[in-house]
Amino acid sequence: MTSKNSCIEPENEGNLTDATRRDFLKQSTLLTAIALTPAPLVKAAENGWDEKIADVYEKVPVNIEVNGVKHQLSVEPRATLLDLLREQLDLTGTKKGCDYGQCGACTVHVDGHRVNSCLTLGVMVNGKKITTIEGLAKGDQLHPMQESFLKHDGFQCGYCTPGQIMSAVACIREGHANSATEIREYMSGNICRCGAYPNIISAIQEVKEGGQEV
Amino acid sequence: MKQFQYVHPSTQQSVLDAINKPGTKIIAGGTNLVDLMKRGVTAPDKLVDINRLPLKGITATKTGLHIGALALNSVVSEDNLVVEKQPLLSMALKSGASPQLRNMATVGGNMMQRTRCTYFYDITMPCNKREPGSGCGALEGFNRMHAIFGASPQCIAVHPSDMCVGLAALDAVVVIAGRKGERRIPFTGFHRLAEDHPETDNHLAKDELIIGVEIPDNNFAKHSYYLKVRDRQSYAFALVSVAAALDIDNGTIRQARLAMGGVAHKPWRLFDAEKALIGKPVSEESFKQAAQIAMQGAKAYQYNAFKLKLAPASITEALKHASGLV
Repeated sequence: MTSKNSCIEPENEGNLTDATRRDFLKQSTLLTAIALTPAPLVKAAENGWDEKIADVYEKVPVNIEVNGVKHQLSVEPRATLLDLLREQLDLTGTKKGCDYGQCGACTVHVDGHRVNSCLTLGVMVNGKKITTIEGLAKGDQLHPMQESFLKHDGFQCGYCTPGQIMSAVACIREGHANSATEIREYMSGNICRCGAYPNIISAIQEVKEGGQEV
Repeated sequence: MKQFQYVHPSTQQSVLDAINKPGTKIIAGGTNLVDLMKRGVTAPDKLVDINRLPLKGITATKTGLHIGALALNSVVSEDNLVVEKQPLLSMALKSGASPQLRNMATVGGNMMQRTRCTYFYDITMPCNKREPGSGCGALEGFNRMHAIFGASPQCIAVHPSDMCVGLAALDAVVVIAGRKGERRIPFTGFHRLAEDHPETDNHLAKDELIIGVEIPDNNFAKHSYYLKVRDRQSYAFALVSVAAALDIDNGTIRQARLAMGGVAHKPWRLFDAEKALIGKPVSEESFKQAAQIAMQGAKAYQYNAFKLKLAPASITEALKHASGLV
């Protein structure tokens, strides 16, 4: 063993110098990187193509309007709308719960319809209008559904709340909030592990019965 | 998720050209595909977004309803024509997924969704559907959700759709476009049993595109019911589901349509039970007899034997609702 810090060094590489080990690490890292690189990029690299050609595979221009503000973005095809909102636009009100379309914490409105932003690719909402929880209030004036969730204690930990509220607003707009039973069915895509369901239903019923514009 | 190329052609021809290459997948709503890509169950090199194609329409024709492949599940379930002429389809759609997912999922995508077998989803487990030849984790594993009809020793997964169970019962026809033109196949012949090729869910060729489904007019609108039995009341896949449609004349059954979900690798149409109902009076006794016939050939595994009782009870219950007995 040439190195004193040999506790993780394989026995059969005893004659490697520090320098050659660094080279080995560099090379193997590079090989791993190539192995993880998408086929078109590797092909582009192998053929010595201009990197700009490879870039075409990487990012796609996306123009969207989020909460009334227009954005011109450059987006990887694999980025979900949820990640785009949170990571690129710093709109962290929309929550990542399960990230597999099972919990509803990521619910936003696309052109007025509620969807799971975790299963929506950012490139597929090009040209569309997105509303997130940050877009409901008018300045300091909370949306009636936000007020009602506060009044009825429609949450405990609050993690599912942005998704619950976006879904609740859509539930009323769709005309599916005419009874507690109907609300339960049409809010079933939003899971609350604290179990605030009865209060969430009360909050929605009050807004619905109050007849306020949502 | 692995990086991939993304294209969104504006014509059917360019979609057909684009999908005819290995490593390419179509994306419509993405509710299942994006999920599978995140988990590494599938890793396409290229996605062809077909949402620019004009395939969203729902129209009445001389012989029935035509529903475009890109019509959203939520839109179809609440469409006036569908609710009036084919309420069974509306009921089946509304029992599936969540309102958010139904706002994204399309008719064609619903047909193409993969099984929710946990061994298919877990890439550390063997699965002949995901990786042919690797074995079936469910066969000797936790197979509570699995098939009781038509299973193969290689795969005992079930098709997860509700919509497809409704369409199978309603004699729907799938309209498919390929590079040589259009073809039509009966809905019951679209999906396939696992047999020796569990990796293949259906008879759509790699270079073909679903463009719509047609449902012939019928006399079932007054007596239809979709019953879905699951672990929670909403937003869960079926343990067993039943699509029941009856044409009743003065207390006697003239025609019947029955299909089940959650029991086979494809929507499971119950032809023999339907025949047994023709000419019978509307009664619990008739329905129980039909349910018994429907269960012929059923086979349970270690954890799903409860389906051998749940399935016939569900058939009887669905028929009681459809006929108006309850």
